[in-house]
Amino acid sequence: MNNKPGEDGMSVNGSRKEGAEVLLMGNEAIARGALEAGVRVAAGYPGTPSSEIIETLSRFSETGKLYVEWSTNEKVAMEVAAAASFAGLRSLCVMKQNGVNVASDFLLHLTGSGTRGGMVLVTCDDPGALSSVNEGESRHFARLMEIPLIEPADFGEAKEMTRWAFELSEEIRNVVMVRSVTRMSHASGNVVPGPLPVLKGKAEFICDGPVSDVERGPVISAPVIQKHRLQQEKLRRAVALFETSPFNAYAGPDKPELLIITSSACALYSREAVALLGAEGRAGILKLGTTWPLPPALLKRHLLMAEKVLIVEEVLPFLEDQVKILAAEQAREIGIKTFYGKNDGTLPMVGELNPDLVAEAVGRILGISPPALPAAYREKLQEFAAMVTKREQTFCPGCPHRASFWIIREALQRDRRRGFVCGDIGCYAMAALFQAAGFHTAKTLHAMGSGTGIASGFGKLGPFGMEQPVIAVCGDSTFYHAAIPALINAVHQKADITFIALDNSGTAMTGFQPHPGIAVNAMGETAPRVEIGALCSAMGAPVVCEDPFDLVRTRETLNRLLESPGVKVLILKQSCALSPEKKGKKQFLVQVDEALCRGEDCGCNRLCTRIFRCPGLLWNRERKKAEIDEVICAGCGFCTGICPAGAILSEEAAKS
Amino acid sequence: MRGTLAKDPYNIVITGVGGQGNVMASRVLSDMLVRAGFKVTIGETFGMSQRGGSVMSHIRVSPETVWSPQIPKGGADLIVALEPLEAIRVLAGYGNPSVKVLVNMRPIYPVGVITGEDQYPSAETIRKTITALAAAARFLAATDEAVKLGNPILGNIVMIGAVAGLGVLPIDRGLFETVIREGMPAERAVANLRAFAIGEAAVA
Ligand code: SF4
Ligand code: SF4
Repeated sequence: MNNKPGEDGMSVNGSRKEGAEVLLMGNEAIARGALEAGVRVAAGYPGTPSSEIIETLSRFSETGKLYVEWSTNEKVAMEVAAAASFAGLRSLCVMKQNGVNVASDFLLHLTGSGTRGGMVLVTCDDPGALSSVNEGESRHFARLMEIPLIEPADFGEAKEMTRWAFELSEEIRNVVMVRSVTRMSHASGNVVPGPLPVLKGKAEFICDGPVSDVERGPVISAPVIQKHRLQQEKLRRAVALFETSPFNAYAGPDKPELLIITSSACALYSREAVALLGAEGRAGILKLGTTWPLPPALLKRHLLMAEKVLIVEEVLPFLEDQVKILAAEQAREIGIKTFYGKNDGTLPMVGELNPDLVAEAVGRILGISPPALPAAYREKLQEFAAMVTKREQTFCPGCPHRASFWIIREALQRDRRRGFVCGDIGCYAMAALFQAAGFHTAKTLHAMGSGTGIASGFGKLGPFGMEQPVIAVCGDSTFYHAAIPALINAVHQKADITFIALDNSGTAMTGFQPHPGIAVNAMGETAPRVEIGALCSAMGAPVVCEDPFDLVRTRETLNRLLESPGVKVLILKQSCALSPEKKGKKQFLVQVDEALCRGEDCGCNRLCTRIFRCPGLLWNRERKKAEIDEVICAGCGFCTGICPAGAILSEEAAKS
Repeated sequence: MRGTLAKDPYNIVITGVGGQGNVMASRVLSDMLVRAGFKVTIGETFGMSQRGGSVMSHIRVSPETVWSPQIPKGGADLIVALEPLEAIRVLAGYGNPSVKVLVNMRPIYPVGVITGEDQYPSAETIRKTITALAAAARFLAATDEAVKLGNPILGNIVMIGAVAGLGVLPIDRGLFETVIREGMPAERAVANLRAFAIGEAAVA
């Protein structure tokens, strides 16, 4: 997303000098921590809420002391970062929650082989799926991969813990996972920048020793049993350090009625909840920064303090399960506890938490009601709330995706075989998320690249009687990330699909990070382009390239492709309406000719505004005619083709 | 020297629609408050904001404490709305009898209104509603003023100027100038300083 600070040319405090307290976004604080640790290589794949970490670091890459890249996907990013670690440098890889799934196969083997230079994996989860199509929980990966997990609970910690994670990684010679959440990553607060180290050490991969020599031998996960045992020893070393970590802290009475165990943003919610209830004398909060493996002695000391224990966390009951296991193991010493959390329904199992939800939960356990607004005011609020109409999200004015989906809609209608679109991840996912945005054409939406794989499967169902034509759509960044293997599969299996690459020249969704199709890299250097069309041709698929703003021609092409068997590739090329070369510049001046617009009487049932729904084209209720809002219209000119009466007119705008 | 706050934490919501410079406004205001010696937490909801959605920043200001990035329901002390309908939306969630509200009166119509399905309340209704729900409300033509300065986006800075003008926070023009001068080239800073002064004067 593009709405990040730094937009409008404001400098980002991540670059400000050490010493004084500054305001940093959680992601900037994480980046700052990595810089203070002397990170040399950072790689990631864009994904909200994680993208600003790599972006912040890329602003430091000019010094030549830091290499930063946007990799084609998260697995590659992790491999790139691992290489630096093998060569003795400190490295960072960054991804959103579901990115860890992509990287996980490599991560399993990497954590088996171990690392050399400190290597940190930062994952940013998105509880409540504020900008995701899943509520994935990445913390289980730490357990699954047997690596330490730490979670910052404020902005200063985000920086400090990231810095410390590199030290820990070097201490145990394995990856350390730092987990953030949207409300940490995208929130901001006071941070004191520390000094940046003098960077020393050259990259060298020492690999002349025997397999058994983890410092000088080859880096592999075999012999597996031996390496696995070593990995678990490392983890025990981490737990020993966790026992005395300053990132775990208790605040509250010596003998609280209720012990709250929490981590991450939930620690802030818990503190606020206790304050809202005025329950400071009755509830104590154990904030954990080191959340896997849990330090058993520390937990025991605190479990001994109270009979009732509430675990507050997002997304899944990860801490809760671990605390209960420890409590069972220590039952003889700590006695029987009553646990509250997600498992018993005290807190919701889905969605993000907030101070109110935690206050309700704590209040229920302690028998206190959270403060409420006066009844008269509440009534007034309710009365007025009705007038607040929803703000539907949709494609930007002038977005090429609206045009592409309009063309797909028309082509499928003409085709008459009830065809459909398999959607994918990017701005164009809105076609599946908000049906009106994609004119009800996109019918599946899963992981990056899955639209193509699913289409490949649908495309083989002909022998079972399936007659519907299948379209897969895929953005340019998604294409490189994960669609290529699926498309190769479709070609090789002779699946009947039409693959449409929605090429808008950038990772628009997350704020225009470069990808392999663009002639520039994360550090702003020129880079060779890898062409989608050439790749598809090399796979042996016929490739046609069209402009989505050319309605009639592109629709005819699509109808032709839908008729023919096998894999057909259609590249719809037109850059994003917000791309720097387009933003604020109109190609056409567009107008509705009131005399030609038939208004409510038109047989089209207000196709232009009710169905097409570009924010630049509006319905004037008083005059009962369509009109263009000149401020909002981006001047793409596409809508001139949709009006059956030809009432929407355009002329080429003067070039400025 | 740190000034004093009416409350700890003092809770501000800045709201608007994607593209109005909501994030920058919250960042500038918070930056001023950090320099004034406070602990500030900003919580931002801007998932898919560039595509016409509502945007909201929660700013928590405190002498000593880092507060949560989400203000509890009914807990706003000051609401700064860059768009009038959003003022009411935020009041519905965070309003209370002592809340103060600053509203930029230039509407941005939701898609449903554009397409004729929904109706946007009249300016008159909006004023009445907000006045009924707030302890104090000021209505500004921030976008119009910003257009006069040559760039509608400066409406956000006009609103920040108005926040300073209200006198509820220990911030002033000097502090704003420091933040802006550090953050952008001198030519652009001039328009920002002017926008700030207009907002400040509008509520004086
Ligand atoms: S114009 Fe660009 S940013 Fe806007 S919805 Fe389309 S692709 Fe996304
Ligand atoms: S020309 Fe039509 S489709 Fe394009 S931005 Fe303007 S109103 Fe929207």
